Amino acid sequence: MRIVVCIKQVPDTEELTKVKVNPVDNTIVREGIKNIINPFDENALEEALRIKEKNAASVTCISMGPPQAEDALRKALSMGVDEAILISDTCFAGSDTWATSYILSEAIKRLGDFDLIIAGKQAIDGDTAQVGPGIAEHLGIPQLTYVRKIEIKNGMIRAERALEDYFEVVEIKLPALITVTKEINEPRYPSLRNLLKAKKIKIPLWDNRFLNLAQDKIGLDGSPTRVIRTFTPGLPKKGEIIQGDIKEKADKIIEEIKKRNLLRWLQ
Amino acid sequence: MDFDLTEEQKMILELVDEVSEKEIEPLADEVAEKGEFPRGNIERLASLDLFGITIPKKYAGLEMDYLTWALVAERISRACATTGLIFGANLLCTFPLLNFGSEEQKSTFLPPLAKGTSLGAFALTEPEAGSDAGNVQTSAKKDADGYILNGNKIFITNGEVADIYIIIANLDRKRGARGLAAFILKKGTTGFSFGQHFRKMGLEALPNVELILKDCPVPENNLIGGEKKGFKIAMETFAAGRIGVGIGALGIAEAAFKKARDYSKERVQFGRTISSFQAVQHILADMATKIEASRQFLYKAAWLLDKGMPFEKYASMGKLYASETAMWVTTKAVQILGGYGYMKDYPVERYMREAKLFEIIEGTSEIQRGIIANLILKET
Ligand SMILES: Cc1cc2nc3c(=O)[nH]c(=O)nc-3n(C[C@H](O)[C@H](O)[C@H](O)COP(=O)(O)OP(=O)(O)OC[C@H]3O[C@@H](n4cnc5c(N)ncnc54)[C@H](O)[C@@H]3O)c2cc1C
Repeated sequence: MRIVVCIKQVPDTEELTKVKVNPVDNTIVREGIKNIINPFDENALEEALRIKEKNAASVTCISMGPPQAEDALRKALSMGVDEAILISDTCFAGSDTWATSYILSEAIKRLGDFDLIIAGKQAIDGDTAQVGPGIAEHLGIPQLTYVRKIEIKNGMIRAERALEDYFEVVEIKLPALITVTKEINEPRYPSLRNLLKAKKIKIPLWDNRFLNLAQDKIGLDGSPTRVIRTFTPGLPKKGEIIQGDIKEKADKIIEEIKKRNLLRWLQ
Repeated sequence: MDFDLTEEQKMILELVDEVSEKEIEPLADEVAEKGEFPRGNIERLASLDLFGITIPKKYAGLEMDYLTWALVAERISRACATTGLIFGANLLCTFPLLNFGSEEQKSTFLPPLAKGTSLGAFALTEPEAGSDAGNVQTSAKKDADGYILNGNKIFITNGEVADIYIIIANLDRKRGARGLAAFILKKGTTGFSFGQHFRKMGLEALPNVELILKDCPVPENNLIGGEKKGFKIAMETFAAGRIGVGIGALGIAEAAFKKARDYSKERVQFGRTISSFQAVQHILADMATKIEASRQFLYKAAWLLDKGMPFEKYASMGKLYASETAMWVTTKAVQILGGYGYMKDYPVERYMREAKLFEIIEGTSEIQRGIIANLILKET
C-alpha cells in the first residue's frame, strides 16, 4: 500500500499576529517568521504513519512551496515518512488553489501508483480547504473531507466526517483522497535519532523542468482566482442581553429558540 | 573559542524546547503536588532518545557530547526540576559504566539505559558516609562466585524505580577510601530490597530511597574497573555529575527569573509597574547576571570534559556558583512576587524549596570550596 501525504509549510500560528500582507500583490509576507508544518497536515502525516505501522504501507510526503519548505519535509522525514519530495520552481509562485492542486496532482501522477492521499482539512494561513479536494478532482478519484476517524478494509476506506452539526459515516473505494481534522490523532514527536538521520537525507527537488507543465496552467497565469483585497474583518456583532425578571427572560429565550429553529436536530 | 551551537544541537534543542514547554512544564505543579514519580515525563524523554545522548552508537546511543547533554538537561530542569534530577541521576550510572566498565558490562547494561527502558542510580551515601565519602561501611566480601554485599544506602535518587544500581562498597575497611570498589547491582537480586522513602522539603516526586543489601550476591563480572578502584570511580563520577547538578540548579534559577521578570512587568503598585522601581530592576539585573555566569561556567566544564581536558575545577565552580545562584534567585523571586510569591498558587515558593537541594547534593557548597581551594593551591 502506498500513501501520499501533502503538506504545506505555514507561518507559526503563535507568531501569526506578526504576519503582514503585501499590499501590492496581496500575498503573505513570509520573511522573518518561523515556519511550521500546517498543524492539520501534521495530523495527516501521523495518520499515514499509523496506517503504515498497521498495514506495512510506504509513505511519500510532498510539499509545494519555496526552497525553505524543505524544512517541513525534513520534519516529516524525522517523524518517519519513507520519502519526501519538494515541488518548487519560481514559475509556480503565485499559484492559487486551482493551480496548486493541479501542480500537486501532476506530481502525484509522476509518483506512480498510490492507494491513498491524505491532506490536512485546510491550511491555517489561507484557510481555503480547497487544495485537497482540488487534487482529487484533477486526479478523478473520490474524496472525503473533514475526516476524524478512518478504517481501511479490503480496498475500502470507511471514514467518519465531522460536519457542522453532525457526523457522517461514509465508505469509498481506494484509491481516494481524504482531508483530516485535528481530532483524528495526536501527532508524534520525532525521536532524536530520526531527527539526526533526516538531517542527512537529500530531498529531491521537482521543478518545472522536470514536471513540464504548461505555463498557462501554473503560477499567477494559471490562477483564475484574483484576490481583490485582504483585510482584517471588523469585530463580530455584539450579543444581545435579555432583560427582565426570570420568567420574562425564560419566555424570551424560548421565543428566540423557536424563531431561529435552533432545536431542529432534536425533532 | 566558539560559542556557536551546531545545526544538530539547534535542531535537538528546538524539539526539546517544544516538548518541555508543551508537555513537561504544564505538569510540574501537579507532579510536585501529587508527589508521584513522573513516569509519563520519563517515557517521553525515552521516546525522544534523550537518555542516549552521551552513549556511543554501538550501545544504542546517539554518541553526542556532554555539552549537548547539558543543553538538553538545562531545558528539562527549567520545565520541571524533578524530571531534570531523574534524568541527571541516570548519568551517574552511565558515566562510570562508559568510563570504567568492561566491554561486556557496556554491551549488557548501556543499551537499555540509552533507550530509557531501564533507569539507573548511583549509591554511595550512608548514615556515616556523606561528605566523608571514604567512610563507606557497606562491605563487599569475595566468595567463590563473586562478591557478597552487606549494608545500607540512604537518600538514593531513583531508588526503587531504577533497574541498574552502581553500589560503592568496601572490600577492605582497614584501607579506608582505598578499600572501596564499585559494583553493578540489578534490581531483583536476592537480598536487595528497598527501605525508607525519605520525605523532603521539596521535589516530592523525586524518589529518594534507602537501599538495603543483605547477603546480596554480585557476580564477579559486575565489579567495575577492578578492586580498589571504587573511590576513584566515585570521585570522577561525582565530578562529571556536578555539571549535571549545576545545570539542574541553573534551570530552576532560569524558571524563577522568568516568573519574577514577567510578574514585575504586570504588577502595578503606586500607579506604576513594580519593574519601574530601581530597587526591583537591580534585583532582576543581578539575577540575570548570576544566571549567565553560572551558565558559562557549566558549559565550559562540559566543553572541557568533551575535549578530554581537566574539567574538575570548573565543574566544582559551576556547581557551587549555580546552586548558590539558584538559592539566591529563587529567594529573590519570592520577594519580587511579594505575598503572592509566598503562596502555593505561584511556583516560585516551590522553586525556592527545590533550589536548596542543589547546595547539598554531589558535595555540599563547603565541600566544593574545599575542592576548588585544593586545586588552585596546587596551581603555580
Ligand atoms: C534529595 C537527595 C538526593 C540524594 N541523592 C543521592 C544519590 O543518588 N546517591 C548518593 O550516593 N547520595 C545521594 N544523596 C546524598 C548527598 O550526596 C549527601 O547528603 C551529601 O553529600 C551530604 O552528606 P550528608 O548529608 O551526610 O551531610 P554531612 O556530610 O554530614 O554534612 C553536614 C554539614 O557539614 C558540612 N561538612 C561536612 N564535612 C565538612 C568538611 N570537611 N569541611 C567543611 N564542612 C563540612 C557540610 O558541608 C554540611 O554543611 C542525596 C541527598 C539528598 C538530600
